[in-house]
Amino acid sequence: MVSDETPDRDEPPQGGWVGRRMPRVEDPYLLTGRGVFVDDIDLPGTLHLVFVRSNFAAASIEGIDVTEALLVPGVVAVLTADHIRDVIPIRGYLDRAEFTVTDMPILAAEVVRHVGEPIAAVLADSPYAAEDGAEAVDVTYGVTAAVADFEAALANGAAAVHEAAPNNVLVDITLDPSPDLDRVFEQAPHVVDVEVSTGRLAASPMEGRACLSYYDDRTQQVVLHSSTQVPHTVRTAVAASLGLGESRVRVISPDVGGGFGVKCVVAREEVLVAAASRLLGRPVKWIEDRREGLTAGFQSREQRYTLSGAFDELGALQALRADIMCDVGAYSCFPYSCGVEVLMAANELPGAYRVPMYRVRSRGVATNKPPIAPYRGVSRPQAVLAMERLMEKAAKAVGIGPIEIRDRNLVARSEFPYRNVNGALYDAGSYRESLARCAELVEYDSWPTKQADARSDGRLLGLGISSFCEPTAYGTDAFGARKMSIVPGYEQATIRMDPNGSVVMMVGTHSHGQGHATTYAQIVADRLGIDPSRISIRQGDTDLVPHGWGTFASRSVVAGGGALDSAANTLAEKLRQIAAHLLEAAPQDLVLADGRAQVKGSPSRSIAVEELARVAHHASNRLPKDLGRGLEATESFDPQGTYSNATHAAIVEIDPQTGGVTILRYVVVEDCGVMINPMIVDGQVTGGVAQGIGGALLEELVYSPEGQPLAGSFVDYLLPTATDLPIVEVHHFSTPTDRTPMGAKGMGEGGTIGAPAAVLNAVNNALVHLGVQLERVPIRPSDVIAVMELASADRGVVP
Amino acid sequence: MKDIHDIEITINGERRAVTVESRRTLADVLRHDLGLTGTHLGCEHGVCGACTVLVDGLPARSCLMFGVQADGREVETVEGLGTPENLNTLQQAFMTEHGLQCGFCTPGFLMLLTALLRENPNPSDDEIRDVVASNICRCTGYAGILRAARLAADSDAIAT
Repeated sequence: MVSDETPDRDEPPQGGWVGRRMPRVEDPYLLTGRGVFVDDIDLPGTLHLVFVRSNFAAASIEGIDVTEALLVPGVVAVLTADHIRDVIPIRGYLDRAEFTVTDMPILAAEVVRHVGEPIAAVLADSPYAAEDGAEAVDVTYGVTAAVADFEAALANGAAAVHEAAPNNVLVDITLDPSPDLDRVFEQAPHVVDVEVSTGRLAASPMEGRACLSYYDDRTQQVVLHSSTQVPHTVRTAVAASLGLGESRVRVISPDVGGGFGVKCVVAREEVLVAAASRLLGRPVKWIEDRREGLTAGFQSREQRYTLSGAFDELGALQALRADIMCDVGAYSCFPYSCGVEVLMAANELPGAYRVPMYRVRSRGVATNKPPIAPYRGVSRPQAVLAMERLMEKAAKAVGIGPIEIRDRNLVARSEFPYRNVNGALYDAGSYRESLARCAELVEYDSWPTKQADARSDGRLLGLGISSFCEPTAYGTDAFGARKMSIVPGYEQATIRMDPNGSVVMMVGTHSHGQGHATTYAQIVADRLGIDPSRISIRQGDTDLVPHGWGTFASRSVVAGGGALDSAANTLAEKLRQIAAHLLEAAPQDLVLADGRAQVKGSPSRSIAVEELARVAHHASNRLPKDLGRGLEATESFDPQGTYSNATHAAIVEIDPQTGGVTILRYVVVEDCGVMINPMIVDGQVTGGVAQGIGGALLEELVYSPEGQPLAGSFVDYLLPTATDLPIVEVHHFSTPTDRTPMGAKGMGEGGTIGAPAAVLNAVNNALVHLGVQLERVPIRPSDVIAVMELASADRGVVP
Repeated sequence: MKDIHDIEITINGERRAVTVESRRTLADVLRHDLGLTGTHLGCEHGVCGACTVLVDGLPARSCLMFGVQADGREVETVEGLGTPENLNTLQQAFMTEHGLQCGFCTPGFLMLLTALLRENPNPSDDEIRDVVASNICRCTGYAGILRAARLAADSDAIAT
């Protein structure tokens, strides 16, 4: 089934709940300010924690004087590394020879490795007193040489961030599946080179990180409320650091104000808050402020790609050679390690294109900056940027258009399932179809005329395309291949029907804006034949839900939805058996629909699901013992991975005076298989594009050569506002996958993945007549002006 | 050296007495002294607008205002709009148009647009966009927020 239609808003009930634009059940409480985020929880006797963080990128700690701080009214304690010697540092680990293990201290003891590294924690009766106390802590530093980017880190004689890695390379991966690659390059009619780089970003969810911990004597548990995407993973890491078994730690993640990946890893602060509460015997709360978020939180995206592509006469890519560098900062995050961007970049660079031969070296370079964590799309926005620049340049070299070169190289529908050069097996998609449709929507054929007309009016317009696929929902096989210390991937779900016929879903994923309470209920409602309003969710509490891996990597609808679907089927089967007994029919003759169990072909013989639930709980003596008691099912799902795809097109205008870029139009044609709730899909795409545009035009964590952050507020780190963004036109194809029961694919990151390439290609298209091109994002106005001046200097013309 | 003030604020129509330090922000007074946790803090330096409340009817960043500055004034917060069972027109429009995802910035946008629609019940799309650009949402890309504001403005019911 291929359609370019989204279902109407008020589609009638027949045909099930999946596929409908249902309003979200989360909205009423969030719209009335009744959400519960971590800082909304006030416990009596809470101590407020403020960190003392390093002012220098590289230094030895010569002394920490807390005398004055302890005199500040309200300050109760100041903790340093000495107080938490028994707390084990965080270790993000890959079991592979190409990886150097480094530990991330909870509080720095002898040395600091980036500005913002936590050195001490001040605990006081109020956050105000704690801030006063933190100002009064006097740290004496012995400042040493810092390396602030990968050029500096790889230079001869560069200071080593870690003794264990004297050359500052923490991960160094080579994939070389094609021994004949060099010969192909020697004989190729066209060899095209590209070097692309991307700036460092902060995911910047509107709610920063936040923790509240206390000890529950009744259950003998350390309870940690944390604004996290991955409650069980936080439990694992905090338990390990505190030397406790996992069942002695309960992590509760209440409402989460956005995550985008920065909350899918475990932070030092989470461990320290739990440790401080244990040590002081009182609840301890830490609420990250925005400056901490930007300068001391996890960062991402700073990469450089050097590509060579060998193309035949017709523009078909024959072989791809790549050298990739990722600035991974000073430490390894848990559980993915600092290899997270490095490995994904190497594995997924070929993307949606047929790459018969491939060789890549991908390095993670340590610098004196905060560590990286996954951020929406991880390495894909950068890898797609590199490939899309390669395609643009190749089109020019071969003498064909941007649409033609992509169409020639995108995997065709007839080739699915497609095994790529790295062994990944793609499920079916609409790679070429989405390209063609997108080109049609932006009237690509008439673009040269439009552009020329605009140019004759003195306007610089550009149109840029990007085509890509989005691997989503890795399972345990894919994560296992990375050789992490723990292997995420599967998901579990429990579905319980209460005596009144209402259903509770308990699942290990954790929604932080994606609307799982709504979409999951749509899936389960179809299986149980009941109204979604009868179904509620429990999530984000390690004591309440089965062990699971949280929400990241576009996995929830696939892994969580898959587990829920399976559990709902098990429960539905039990309901049919109960109904069969009560109606004296065969279970296989019963269907669940409209809130009833009905005998097929005999509409008068039916029983309400509420009655089945009541009997199962309160009159189970009427049921055979071999049916078992209760109405609860737990199932798991371990996904094979699904591949969504899309083509984006951006039309931009450059202001020749300021170098500013305005996006005039933005079109997405995407395919994520069956959409559970098209309204939410459109919201994810649009929000994703906004973040991609932010990274393309506005956002960058700039550092000085000494490793000092120059963007410490939203005045310097520019998030897109409503006047910076276009209305994103979202169109759909729907190629159902056979890898999930619903035919749905993951799709949370695609918007962000495609946008930087579309925008950069559009800007370059606007500059094409000047013979200059940009190969870096974010595209700053000064970069645009600089290349335009370069062009006019070269040609003696005024642009 | 603490200087303490007894202040009175009319919040959502109800007079509330609080004792605050001079430096205590209005946001903290609302959230932690009065338990009105619907107002959220996204940046604490006046850029993101998540903490937007109405002071004497005008939008204000409650992170940049001290509690003492609200003494004797009228403050409106998200808790003063509709209830989950009875959303007001603007809140209902946010739900219909998917104007929120994580919901953290949402109360600030609701208060901002409440003030806009009171002042100008028939804003143009450009006027809406300019006002929406006062605040930051990291989830939605603003499309749903803009549509929601349009829908609320176009609806027959009084938007606020």
